[in-house]
Amino acid sequence: MKEILRILEQDGRATAPQIAAMLDKPVSEVQKAIKQAEKDGIILKYKAIINWPKSGTEDVWALIEVRVTPQRDVGFDAIAERIYQFPEVYSAYLVSGTYDLSILVRGRTMQEIASFVAEKLAPLEQVQSVVTHFLLKRYKEYGETFHAPKETNRRLPVTP
Amino acid sequence: MPNTRSASAEALDNLISKKVATLPPSGIRRFFGLLSSMEDVISLGIGEPDFVTPWHIREAGIYSLEKGYTMYTSNSGTPELRRELARYLELHYQVSYDPEHEILVTAGSSEGLDLVLRAIVNPGDEVIVPNPCYVAYPADVTLAGGKPILVPTNGKNSFVVRASDIEPRITKKTKAILVGYPANPTGAVMSRKEADAIAELSKKHDLLMISDEIYARLIYGVEHICFPSLPGMKKRTILISGFSKSHAMTGWRIGYVAADRRFIQALTKIHQYTLLCAPTMTQMAAIEALKNGEADVENMVQEYNRRRRFMVKRLSEIGLPCFDPKGAFFAFPSIEATGMNSEEFAEKLLLQERVAVVPGNAFGPSGEGFVRCCYATSLPNIEQALRRMDRFVKKSSRTSR
Repeated sequence: MKEILRILEQDGRATAPQIAAMLDKPVSEVQKAIKQAEKDGIILKYKAIINWPKSGTEDVWALIEVRVTPQRDVGFDAIAERIYQFPEVYSAYLVSGTYDLSILVRGRTMQEIASFVAEKLAPLEQVQSVVTHFLLKRYKEYGETFHAPKETNRRLPVTP
Repeated sequence: MPNTRSASAEALDNLISKKVATLPPSGIRRFFGLLSSMEDVISLGIGEPDFVTPWHIREAGIYSLEKGYTMYTSNSGTPELRRELARYLELHYQVSYDPEHEILVTAGSSEGLDLVLRAIVNPGDEVIVPNPCYVAYPADVTLAGGKPILVPTNGKNSFVVRASDIEPRITKKTKAILVGYPANPTGAVMSRKEADAIAELSKKHDLLMISDEIYARLIYGVEHICFPSLPGMKKRTILISGFSKSHAMTGWRIGYVAADRRFIQALTKIHQYTLLCAPTMTQMAAIEALKNGEADVENMVQEYNRRRRFMVKRLSEIGLPCFDPKGAFFAFPSIEATGMNSEEFAEKLLLQERVAVVPGNAFGPSGEGFVRCCYATSLPNIEQALRRMDRFVKKSSRTSR
């Protein structure tokens, strides 16, 4: 099961017959395992990793450090949920260290992100402080590098 | 002007030693010219990992340059690398070597093999070499002044040489048995029983074992038999290995030989006059590979294994039966059903479908009827190559009917 997930993590479009051949298992078994993983929420979704700047789309992204006050019984989860429900929030993590939540926010313009921070995020009762870092350049995401030269063939075509 | 004659081509040819002039060029380079002029070729003809050396190992090489380690090391390699090698061999194969006297660091296992043969072969000595085999084995024996005695292996015995096939070929002149398992080009591995029988044979006839274990780490679901670890074999075995395949370090040229101190002394004599020492930066990188490279090896092996299963299954499906190769990164399917010989198959496949494989006869006469397909390339490449091969096999079986 773990190996199926690892293959899908590398290539979400790998088909059950392909995976079955790689693992020397019956196709039906692999299909069943994938279905089950989808049902159990182990596989959340299949998406593409897109190099947006290359497509000419100039979205603005910001990493925001948020310090919050945890609440009785629910800890950080309730405030985290209030924050990550905003569609502007692309990802959200609870982290250790000098702040609590690390969130990645996406907007069409800098102004849009500024308004989100000023009007929606900062005014929340449990939010103590926010520090906004605008993203200047992406190097690597989900294990994929953005600026690496396209796989050049470094090997000779035939070697002993 | 002094009276000079420009030497004719023939005169220059005559200056080349007979031994070298008569040495056949590596059959593997034959397609090279043709191939490099073609576009959109998927090559299954490559004999090296497609992975780039793991970053932490490259970084160790860079760091050694930054720190100015640009001088010679001791002839036998840095003490730290030899200590790490001894630890590594003990850990993986339970065979212990004294790093001080029993290990020599070489520029790739290729240098190791050349040194070993030059150090042990007297003119006319015979060295037994299973066939098909890595292209350098018979050539290096010849260059060392010896005579390679090829022992055929075939698909029926999974390309593993049997003691019973070796024994009739042993003469008074036989000096050594040279084996390389897991094998290039077949992907064959040797079981403990098979290795034991050969070990016994070497004892019975007092022969030296030369074991090239460069592919030892690329093994899938079976145990690797390290020849010197077999009972009583450490003394009469010369172990040759390196980092090229296990740690994807082909271009670094780094390997080693482990053997009894008498052999290592002899090898070191030649090594100090020819190479002096393996490149220093490369040795530093190799230390990092041994210290912190285990996870990389495991990941690469897992990835190769997926591709291996995929390729072997597809080869059988398209009518090119292939025994299950348990080591290295090669499949060695039979192309007999197509009615073509190996070279014809490889050449037509390249021209018609732009897929490069290596004809089996490049690895000796016993490779005829097979081609070597390397699965050290991305899965989409393998898939695409096999689709093209499928089309090729179907088309040629139609036209031959």
